[in-house]
Amino acid sequence: MLMYVVRRLLQAIPVFLGTTFLIYFMVFSMPGDPVLALFGDKTPNPAVLEALRQQYHLDEPFFMQYLHYLQNLFTGNLGETFSGQQVTDVLARAFPVTLKLVLMAVIIEFLLATVIGLISGLRKGGIIDNTNLVVALVLSSVPPFVALFLAQYFIGIKLGWAPVTVGANTTWSAMFLPALVIALTIYVTGMRLMRGSVIEAQSADYVRTALAKGLTRRRIIPVHVARNSLIPVITNTAASFGALIAGTTVTEGIFNIPGVGKVLFDAIIKGETATVVSIVTILTILYIIVNILVDLLYAVLDPRIRYV
Amino acid sequence: MTEENTVQTLPSGAKPADANAPLVEVKDLEVTFKTGSGDVHAVRGVSFDIHAGETVAIVGESGSGKSTTATALIKLLAGNGRISGGRVLVDGKDITDYSERQMASVRGGTIGYVPQDPMSNLNPVWNIGFQVREAIRANGVATGKKNIEAKAIEVLHQAGLGDAERRLKQFPHQFSGGMRQRVLIGIGLGADPRLLIADEPTSALDVTVQKVILDHLETLTREKNTAMLFITHDLGLAAERASKVIVMSQGKIVEAGPSLELLQHPQHPYTKQLIAAAPSLASRRIHSSVGEHLVDDVKGPDLLSLAEKHDDTEAAAQAKPVVVSVKDLRKTYMIRRGSFRSDPLHAVDGVSFDIHKGTTLALVGESGSGKSTAARLVLGLEKPTEGQITVGGVEMADASGKALFDLRRRMQVVFQDPYASLDPQRSIGAIIAEPLKVHKVGDRKSRHARVSELLDQVALPAAMADRYPNELSGGQRQRVAIARALALKPDVVVLDEAVSALDVLVQAQILQLLADLQEELDLTYLFITHDLAVVRVVADVVAVMEQGKIVETGGTDEIFERPQEQYTQRLLDAIPGAGIEFGS
Repeated sequence: MLMYVVRRLLQAIPVFLGTTFLIYFMVFSMPGDPVLALFGDKTPNPAVLEALRQQYHLDEPFFMQYLHYLQNLFTGNLGETFSGQQVTDVLARAFPVTLKLVLMAVIIEFLLATVIGLISGLRKGGIIDNTNLVVALVLSSVPPFVALFLAQYFIGIKLGWAPVTVGANTTWSAMFLPALVIALTIYVTGMRLMRGSVIEAQSADYVRTALAKGLTRRRIIPVHVARNSLIPVITNTAASFGALIAGTTVTEGIFNIPGVGKVLFDAIIKGETATVVSIVTILTILYIIVNILVDLLYAVLDPRIRYV
Repeated sequence: MTEENTVQTLPSGAKPADANAPLVEVKDLEVTFKTGSGDVHAVRGVSFDIHAGETVAIVGESGSGKSTTATALIKLLAGNGRISGGRVLVDGKDITDYSERQMASVRGGTIGYVPQDPMSNLNPVWNIGFQVREAIRANGVATGKKNIEAKAIEVLHQAGLGDAERRLKQFPHQFSGGMRQRVLIGIGLGADPRLLIADEPTSALDVTVQKVILDHLETLTREKNTAMLFITHDLGLAAERASKVIVMSQGKIVEAGPSLELLQHPQHPYTKQLIAAAPSLASRRIHSSVGEHLVDDVKGPDLLSLAEKHDDTEAAAQAKPVVVSVKDLRKTYMIRRGSFRSDPLHAVDGVSFDIHKGTTLALVGESGSGKSTAARLVLGLEKPTEGQITVGGVEMADASGKALFDLRRRMQVVFQDPYASLDPQRSIGAIIAEPLKVHKVGDRKSRHARVSELLDQVALPAAMADRYPNELSGGQRQRVAIARALALKPDVVVLDEAVSALDVLVQAQILQLLADLQEELDLTYLFITHDLAVVRVVADVVAVMEQGKIVETGGTDEIFERPQEQYTQRLLDAIPGAGIEFGS
């Protein structure tokens, strides 16, 4: 097990280097001069420009800039935004907000997927199952940003049941609506996985053996049907947790949530290379770690899987 | 449940006065399965009784309704099946209209069930202890954590799992097939049922393991006066273990009676046919029937009369040239133990044999003996660690690229499972033509002609070429697999348990086909099997393998009549019904 973790972490090194290099290269190739952009409409003094360029190593060749960046990264220095704030400080404020939002979304998603998937699977072909499948089809065909706008308009503005935007008030209840919408747009995959495994598990030989032992359905469904079916659903949920942390930009933009996605979005608009690269780097590391955790979780859930 | 006290007293505690009343009475049972193409009547008017302490066997081919009858007794039919007529009386009460809830009290406690496939019948995510305790708790045989645990260990001990205490925390995947089967038997016996239904409880196991498990079951059921209903396709097994045998065919009972009498003096033609087809130690080598008489469907091949005509094969075999020669073959796998250590496993450990042209060498052994590894090495699918393999004068280790490709063409293989070895997405014609395509033999038209010819050789209609594997029966599929193996006109065919998955009647037909083809095409067979009775009818020379080594080798008759090694003797003794003289 330990060997496996070490090996996976070692494998993460080239992934990390590759992604950061690609990100850095892409941001570097973006049109426009970030230093000029800093001054907006004003015409800066060429000497000042030169000084700034030196400060950010912008006068050096691309590869040197990348090495400077890596060096800073390993010393925990993610640089400053153009407005002079430490990127680490900005992230420290934004990160908990996003984490809260995503955690809430993932928990709702998991509950919806397992409960609806289980009921649907147990009543395969019935009215509940068919209705559920149609609803799922509709939900999965609506683009997330449309769903978000609709929810904001009807539930937030028309009905007034939830705050229209979140702003500085990042409480659990204020962020419930966007979390629910995210959950609804992604639960379909998990629900289908659950439904499929429940249907399969019901006709499994070990379920028949359980019946032959004299067990009742009330015991067999949670212990032998649901438990076995949870394995793919949990791993799917855990994987979407990683994806969501990096993918809440649209949600945070629409609901004005001051999370990582919003910071990232603003930085891209302003052409703040350093900030964009730092955030994406952090997200990459997080994504890699979450994926390793998902694989380890799989071994916990399914005793047949052993990592050596 | 009140059953726990019935161990010593007569198992009639729950019953009214009549002690001679049967435990289970099946009357005119009918079972119907709803399928896409209409109703299938799997069981049609079956009646029999099981008394306390009695062992009854139901024998028949797959599709005869034997397993369906057994599962109907505890109402565990597959989702689309239902009892459509008749009655099943347990202790005089009709259970056919019982609710699921009422059935839960019958299952486990009154009627225990040991399913067929040890690999799929244990839940992979729970440990063994959990799954055994569950059966005990559900039937209230013991209460309290400690007592349940003790009872779980006790039943596993009884089922022959000696170190049960240590193994309770282990998971099914850490157990071998034989051990899992013991766990399932432990679960079946967990709540001290008065009837144990065992559905082919040992067909997945080696003969020696099978014997141990059946002996255990016999002792247990005798001690507790438990009745047993067991389902098998093996007549020898039924004769040896059951006091009463019921022969089923196409959903009906064709014959029933005391086991020895029934098997020695069968009345019904179907029973006679079954007995004739079953290879046993008394059988002799099958030879080509070509030009003698066609195998007619009603009677089945008359193996004995065929065999007697050719008794001089051994001497003749030696005179022919050697086609496959294996010298001091070794294959070692490194098995990981912990993070840094690994131990060598000698799967094949210094094996040598020669196969003469047109003859059959049978490699016999239990699972893990290395026989299949040896076959893979001979086929060149794996590289040997040491040793030489020569096929038709070509040294395999020297061959590479083109030469190896050509060598492969001369050796073909037929696998055990006809359901898994044919691609379900391709037509029979495409499957048979594939080797021709791979080796660029002929054009489209000539390949088509060759496929028809091959289908004819394996006695399938040419129209079969357009059909798909799922439309074929197991025996037909195995014929297709043989046709595919013959497509390239190989010299050597490796038959890896090629008839082990088939019913006796189909098995007899395939064995006859193999013998005919051998005669006609002068084929050389390497026959890998665990079934000694089959070896008796197909092999010219037998090599017995144990732990990677050949322990004994010799002519078939010699090995069977005068085994020199204790291991061979043990294998022979373990064959069910070995000592029983079957009638015809």
